[in-house]
Amino acid sequence: MSTICLYFQVHQPFRFRNYRFFDIGDEHYYYDDYSNESIFRKVAEKCYLPANKVILELINKYEGKFKVAFSISGIAMDQMELYAPDVLESFKALAETGKVEFLAETNSHSLVSLKDEDEFRQQVEEHGEKLKKHFKQEPKVFRNTELIYSDEIGAQVARMGYEAMLTEGAKHILGWKSPNYLYCNAIDPKLKVLLKNFKLSDDIAFRFSDQSWEEYPLTADKFVGWLNQMGKEEETVNLFMDYETFGEHQWEETGIFKFLKSIPEMVFANSDFTFSTPAEVARNLQVVSAIQVPYPISWADEERDLTAWLGNELQEQAFDRLYELGEQMKKITDPVLKKDWSYLQVSDHFYYMCTKFFSDGAVHSYFNPYDTPYDAFINYMNVLSDFSLRVNAAVPKNNVEMEIANLTGIINEKDEIIQKYEQELYELNKQLFSGTKRTTSAGKTKTANTAGAKKAGTAKKKSPARKTKLAKRKPE
Amino acid sequence: MKVLMFGWEFPPHISGGLGTACYGLTNGMSYLEDMEILFVVPKAFGDEDQSKLRLIGANDVELSQKNPHYEKLLEKIQFIEVNSNMVPYMDPEDFYTQISKDKEGSKNYIHTHFTGKLEFTGTYGKDLYQEIANYAVIASEIAENYDFDVIHSHDWLTYPAGMAAKEVSGKPLVVHVHATDFDRSGGNVNPSVYEMEKTGMNAADKIISVSNLTRNTVIQNYGIAPEKVVTVYNAVDPVVQKENISVKKGYDEKVVTFLGRITMQKGPEYFIEVAKKVLQKMDNVRFVMAGSGDMMIKMIWHAASLKIMDKFHFTGFLRGDDVYRMFSVTDVYVMPSVSEPFGISPLEAMQSNVPVIISHQSGVSEILKHAIKVNFWDIDAMADAIYGILNYDALSEVFKKHGKEEVDNLKWENSARQVKDIYLSVL
Repeated sequence: MSTICLYFQVHQPFRFRNYRFFDIGDEHYYYDDYSNESIFRKVAEKCYLPANKVILELINKYEGKFKVAFSISGIAMDQMELYAPDVLESFKALAETGKVEFLAETNSHSLVSLKDEDEFRQQVEEHGEKLKKHFKQEPKVFRNTELIYSDEIGAQVARMGYEAMLTEGAKHILGWKSPNYLYCNAIDPKLKVLLKNFKLSDDIAFRFSDQSWEEYPLTADKFVGWLNQMGKEEETVNLFMDYETFGEHQWEETGIFKFLKSIPEMVFANSDFTFSTPAEVARNLQVVSAIQVPYPISWADEERDLTAWLGNELQEQAFDRLYELGEQMKKITDPVLKKDWSYLQVSDHFYYMCTKFFSDGAVHSYFNPYDTPYDAFINYMNVLSDFSLRVNAAVPKNNVEMEIANLTGIINEKDEIIQKYEQELYELNKQLFSGTKRTTSAGKTKTANTAGAKKAGTAKKKSPARKTKLAKRKPE
Repeated sequence: MKVLMFGWEFPPHISGGLGTACYGLTNGMSYLEDMEILFVVPKAFGDEDQSKLRLIGANDVELSQKNPHYEKLLEKIQFIEVNSNMVPYMDPEDFYTQISKDKEGSKNYIHTHFTGKLEFTGTYGKDLYQEIANYAVIASEIAENYDFDVIHSHDWLTYPAGMAAKEVSGKPLVVHVHATDFDRSGGNVNPSVYEMEKTGMNAADKIISVSNLTRNTVIQNYGIAPEKVVTVYNAVDPVVQKENISVKKGYDEKVVTFLGRITMQKGPEYFIEVAKKVLQKMDNVRFVMAGSGDMMIKMIWHAASLKIMDKFHFTGFLRGDDVYRMFSVTDVYVMPSVSEPFGISPLEAMQSNVPVIISHQSGVSEILKHAIKVNFWDIDAMADAIYGILNYDALSEVFKKHGKEEVDNLKWENSARQVKDIYLSVL
């Protein structure tokens, strides 16, 4: 018996605004709300909503014989809450059918698994909580950002208690082996490893509408024909792809939704295949062997390695500088800082800095809001510089910074006292001289102003609007 | 194939990018098979590198009285004899010396029409229009006496010469647009220069532009049919590391450099504004404006009024090795040109391992990948790029690594090959 395992990745980055170096130390809001919202809405209308509708229909129509798995990054869930509650609702509806499995991943869609096991575990837990909150599911299977996997990462995931993990069926890892079996981790055989059949997956995800492709046009009939041609002993066909394949990378006009709709029909009519979720595959199939992956692999580009994110000096420097803050971040409880920290780690930021796009063109530039990797790097480093200042202020790294933090605290305290006295002075003055109305009102404005300015100086988080207002009024 | 080429200058006697480009192109052509070039300049000094081509100075050509074309030609070119002080395409240093020389020397200037050889200065002085006309006369003489297949004219000064040669010989004419008056004047086009440019372009069988930016100007502002205009990018000769040019930096500060003519076309005021922005945020940096030009005094006042003169330096015009010395202490090179048909100097900076920031309004931005590109008016973006390169060291390392490699791959030979294809298309 052979089965088809469908898993779709849902992720949208949280893009930074154009953050100039003049903003460093002054403005702490990093995000491009307009493009984040408009892009998310666009993808929601073109992909998430119509595709969810199709899948819900299919699940109902085949009474549970059709099933799929999703991995939704924490960043994407955050954006659904912000911009597209309707999308979140439609995923919840899918979850309620009981035929949809949600996979665990890092909350920030980050590359942290390459850097720090503690932080890695924490981000996975964070993501798990979000899944529980929204979909009432406890994930059993893990998928890492961009399907990044190595023996070591697999062992870490096993220690977190997951049963299985997904990754790329990269040629250089498999050699003569087939991705259509269940494997296990080389260090900890308890962790099952599902490998993506990249040929068949990419036929749908990348080549579906490519008119220069010799197999164009791809129909469900033809696709199921290919499945039938495979040897009977092949056990699972793992089709892993971005969910945006449906309606966003491949537009509706290409017939991608019709293809999706007719796949189960053709499978049930013309083949012996069934559908399974990753957890079912991991439980039902026998492991055939361990898979050796000494160096990390991913599902990106021809090379299936990490060079799209950590392939040049820019990316390495940005990545190292970011995780230099890791130790300090462990002591931080401020929710705003924590949120920024998690958004800074989104893998897409590093993807934008990739210089490979000069040769590996199309895909990279399609997703990239920056003209060049250099622009991306400068913008990121500006944001990171500001963020480091805030982290250092909150958790001083050395004695000097400690002293500065202490002194700032003392100044702030004294400011408050001065402010209090000024207010008292003003009250007393008012009682002493009940002069003409004009002088009183003038005096009042002035005192209120200084008090306001002091307050703005004390409280670190001030709104820019308020600040300019005060600045404008000062010369009076 | 034999090419009759008209230029206005040839190394080592050059004042700007035109002579360098002509030399590079002809040099690149010498690698191609079956290419013979006869290069005409107004004045040959005798120390030019003639290993790759044959150089003729118009001042050495003797006119034969019999030639019936002169009268007609002179009549035709008459309109360009406008008495104007507008001196295009010239190094401002030369401009000042030229103007003063002309004032003194104008009386001694002997016009030896029809009496044998003609006088040429080969510069861009006050009698430019007369020289252009004379040059065309000589061109027709040369066209009579030499054998060639195609005519190639570099920039508007030599268009009349090319047209004259075409008229005499009936051979096809290719004109090469290195710049238009729109670039030089910022929109206030000199009508007689424009007229000469347009007449030349109309008369040409094919037009070569140095970038798509220039190609668009030619099509839109001169009304030329798009299929007649082909872009061939310039290249840069590999630097020969002469001696070890290095300057000891007596200060531990970063250096940001502008290098070029201080004229409106180059956008010097944006560089000053950007310096102000960067200096507000960081202290250990100095800005250098190297070059001279008609806006220099104004720029000094501008920088002074922003109170940044303690960190902002003017070097005046740099020659020869001084350019490389300047590059050797430079951390970022900025070219905020408002309108730059091509722009070879960022390539020279990259050869010297200097990261560059260039404006989108330059032809060179069409071919460079490893450079930061901004709009010339976008001071914020420019300041941000400078700050980024100075503060995030991975950036300059990547630029050094890839930039030099990229520039080394731009070869004149490739440009020459494209030009040869254009010749073949008009034959």
